[in-house]
Amino acid sequence: MLKIEKSTEEDHVCLELIGEVDASNSVELDESIQELVNENTKKILVDGTHLEYISSAGLGVFMSYLDEFDEKNIHLVIFGLNQKVHQVFHILGLDQLINIKPTQEEALAVIYEA
Amino acid sequence: MKHELKLYCDTQELAGLRTFLNEFLQKTSLSDIDQHQVTLAVEEVCANLIIHSHDCNPKEFIEVNLKQKDDGLVFEITDIGMGFNILEYKEPELAHVIKAKRKGGLGIMLVKKIMDKIEFETSGKENTCRLFKKLNSK
Repeated sequence: MLKIEKSTEEDHVCLELIGEVDASNSVELDESIQELVNENTKKILVDGTHLEYISSAGLGVFMSYLDEFDEKNIHLVIFGLNQKVHQVFHILGLDQLINIKPTQEEALAVIYEA
Repeated sequence: MKHELKLYCDTQELAGLRTFLNEFLQKTSLSDIDQHQVTLAVEEVCANLIIHSHDCNPKEFIEVNLKQKDDGLVFEITDIGMGFNILEYKEPELAHVIKAKRKGGLGIMLVKKIMDKIEFETSGKENTCRLFKKLNSK
């Protein structure tokens, strides 16, 4: 089960991912991010504090936007990942390609200094 | 005790697969992080079969068999169909995954990084993918 809660603060939008992302629901994550891109949101925070699991289907969603984020000057930072989930990003070296920070404060610092 | 699961080819069934794997893995000496990764690797192989070999047809199923041996764990995934030989699959470069904006291709990379050995065999229409994970001997 995956629940995505969206909240807007100042200049950024935060997507809170609650539960598990797998091949059955990764399209929901994709749609949420696509919606932000369409709305011309430039600063996106992804709160992974309550993300218990992510499979390649979910990782692929983040990867598929990297070029577009670059072109459109969109900054996305993930924060709060637990160790198990963080490790999954790390296995493939995706933590080098996607901005991942331990805390919300650090994530905010990244998107607002950009 | 038998550790067998008949997994119907619907991605909604993947959560049930994870529960099945977790119950088995909790009784092994694998660390929490390794348990999580092994669950992921087995799910990736199953998700691949469900989506690509069986077109998410919920009437079809694959079988997942778990065994604990002295030196490690064996995960056997069997299906009837066209077969997907994970060993022959050439995984894309990460850079290519980004450029092509393809949302697949990462799963098999994960399986190969997480598992210690992978075997694939076909007998008639039956395909078996066997994944091995060593248990740390201490």
